Amino acid sequence: MKKLLCILVTLVLMLPVCASAQEVVNVFNWEDYIDESVLIQFEQETGIHVNYMRFTTNEDMIVQVEANPGAFDVCFPSDYIVERMLSKDMLAEIDYDKVPNAQYILENLRSPDYDPNNVHSLPYMWGTVGILYNTTMVEEPVNSWGILWDSKYKSNVFMLDSFRDSMGVTLKYLGHSMNTRDIIALESCKDKLIEQKKNGIVKAYQVDETKDKMVAGEAALAVMWSGDAQYAIDLNPDLAYSIPSEGSNIWIDAMVIPRNAQNMDNALKFIDFLCRPDIAQKNCEAIWYSSPNSGAIELMGEEYTENPVMNPTDEEVARCEFFHDIDETFMPVYTALWQEVKNAK
Amino acid sequence: MRVDMSLPWWAWALMGVGLALFAAMVVLSVRRNHGVKRSLFAAPYSLWMILFTIVPVILIAYYAFTDASGAFTLDNFRHFFDSNYSKNQLYASLGPEAAAFITRGTVNVDTLVYSLWMAFLCTGICLLMGYPAALFMADRHMKLGPSLVVLFIIPMWMNFLLRTIAWMSLLEDQGLINQFLRWLGFDGVQLMYNSGAVLLGMVYNYLPFMVFPIYTVLSKQDPKLGEAAQDLGCNEIRTFTRVTLPLSLPGVISGITMVFMPSVTTFFIPRMLGGGNSMMFGDLIESKFLTEGSWNVGSALSLIMMLLILLSLSILRKADPNGEGGGMV
Repeated sequence: MKKLLCILVTLVLMLPVCASAQEVVNVFNWEDYIDESVLIQFEQETGIHVNYMRFTTNEDMIVQVEANPGAFDVCFPSDYIVERMLSKDMLAEIDYDKVPNAQYILENLRSPDYDPNNVHSLPYMWGTVGILYNTTMVEEPVNSWGILWDSKYKSNVFMLDSFRDSMGVTLKYLGHSMNTRDIIALESCKDKLIEQKKNGIVKAYQVDETKDKMVAGEAALAVMWSGDAQYAIDLNPDLAYSIPSEGSNIWIDAMVIPRNAQNMDNALKFIDFLCRPDIAQKNCEAIWYSSPNSGAIELMGEEYTENPVMNPTDEEVARCEFFHDIDETFMPVYTALWQEVKNAK
Repeated sequence: MRVDMSLPWWAWALMGVGLALFAAMVVLSVRRNHGVKRSLFAAPYSLWMILFTIVPVILIAYYAFTDASGAFTLDNFRHFFDSNYSKNQLYASLGPEAAAFITRGTVNVDTLVYSLWMAFLCTGICLLMGYPAALFMADRHMKLGPSLVVLFIIPMWMNFLLRTIAWMSLLEDQGLINQFLRWLGFDGVQLMYNSGAVLLGMVYNYLPFMVFPIYTVLSKQDPKLGEAAQDLGCNEIRTFTRVTLPLSLPGVISGITMVFMPSVTTFFIPRMLGGGNSMMFGDLIESKFLTEGSWNVGSALSLIMMLLILLSLSILRKADPNGEGGGMV
């Protein structure tokens, strides 16, 4: 019997060993954030198998990466999460000799605040947060976040179930920075969101479902990321996107390699592949976020450069601010306030 | 998902002791009878249980009683009673202006009460709907009975996530039901994004777990018992209340168990059908683990929920001491 037990235990322990014979790269990207045919093309060209995994919010992603050291080779955090990962020393430096296609990344995005000179990260996509609205249901111009509190749109607004974004736009509406640590500002932001919920204006708090529901005409207004907005506008021409005058969030989603990645070379090959203009074009045309890749923009031509959602004006960009990371000591304030909003009835 | 392997030595020791005890039990049970005992055949399952039930529960307990650095603490349980616990501590250190905002957070307790209430309603509705259905299906004179059983089983061939998403396309404002209403000339009604829709989704998903245990018990009941009761002067109602119902109680209790447990821990349905407007305890625990990354508080909340379920199971067990309904524990 002991022998049998020993054999069983050994078999269970051997399972993960048997599974890792082929060259692989473990990629952890956002839901709906790539043209998946690109993954097949990468496998065909390099023979490296892509283990493709998806996440829904930045916070989910970083929790997974911390809990499973070595499980991921390429991740796609947003700017403020790159900042946090750097402060926790979680990221490897990018060896640019192995990423020649990095030359295509737009000059004005090459040295962001969160990672000067792109030592540890390269931009993958960028965009803004704004209001996606249905012009058949909203007749007035949409130029203030205040419209999300207008009782005319009772049960007709989708908010993002992501506390940085939903609290961020509320803070902007109230005239504060999206990165504020002012207790009074944050508490009044919570009260404002609870007021919006109690007045029955919010229909749902969701993330990935919103774009398809907006296409179906399920609500009049939604807080939305620019790429998802463009995706929806393509499918329903009644929809329009606006960056309110109070300002909003501008963000970069970057490609990074965790320090403890198991397949460093394959990760670099994958990042280089995504920076190749034809591949960057495919991805951009699949998800319609703004591309940081000058080669891809050239390939796409006017279809891209004439698009107001993907090319916010300089004046619009100037109104927007990047998120900065909230460290662990202050984070409970944000999470507790958001939980109270979610719990309000 | 891989488990965080950076545990202190004593957690490993605890698991080692568990495994050793198990091995010792197996060896002893062989020795005592000088041969292989029948219970030995349960060894593979027991091993499975230890690896995937006992060890995770030990891990949850470990996380629930420690802080991020691994030191023993009861703070995680204070978080349950005051969801603003960390926030309040920070506010207290920031001076009087911030201290004015210190309030006890009731999010966790509220959510648990709401979950228990929803589970109670769901179990009640399932029982009220499921019992007559089971009675109908088990009736030998009813030709439709067997086909009803099949109708109940067919939806279970599909994953519950898919079925819930299918409900969304029915209930949405632009969904099939509302389109039909508008086609008839009525105004649309908002069916989704509220607790009612969540309850509907729960009842829909868990109803078979109520019907089948009752159906099994009823269909095994000897029809002669009913006939005897009627020969002895009972009318149909008294036959039901004095014979059929008491004999089917084990099935009812097992049905209640099978519906109540997953109802309390429901997640995903509130987010899909309720639009995330009211969290249930399962959603809360998920957000502690995934969004906030506070595994310690999340584990404490899980442990509290497990204790509550154990408590309700032991109450149910009192009502069914022989465990005839196949109720767990």
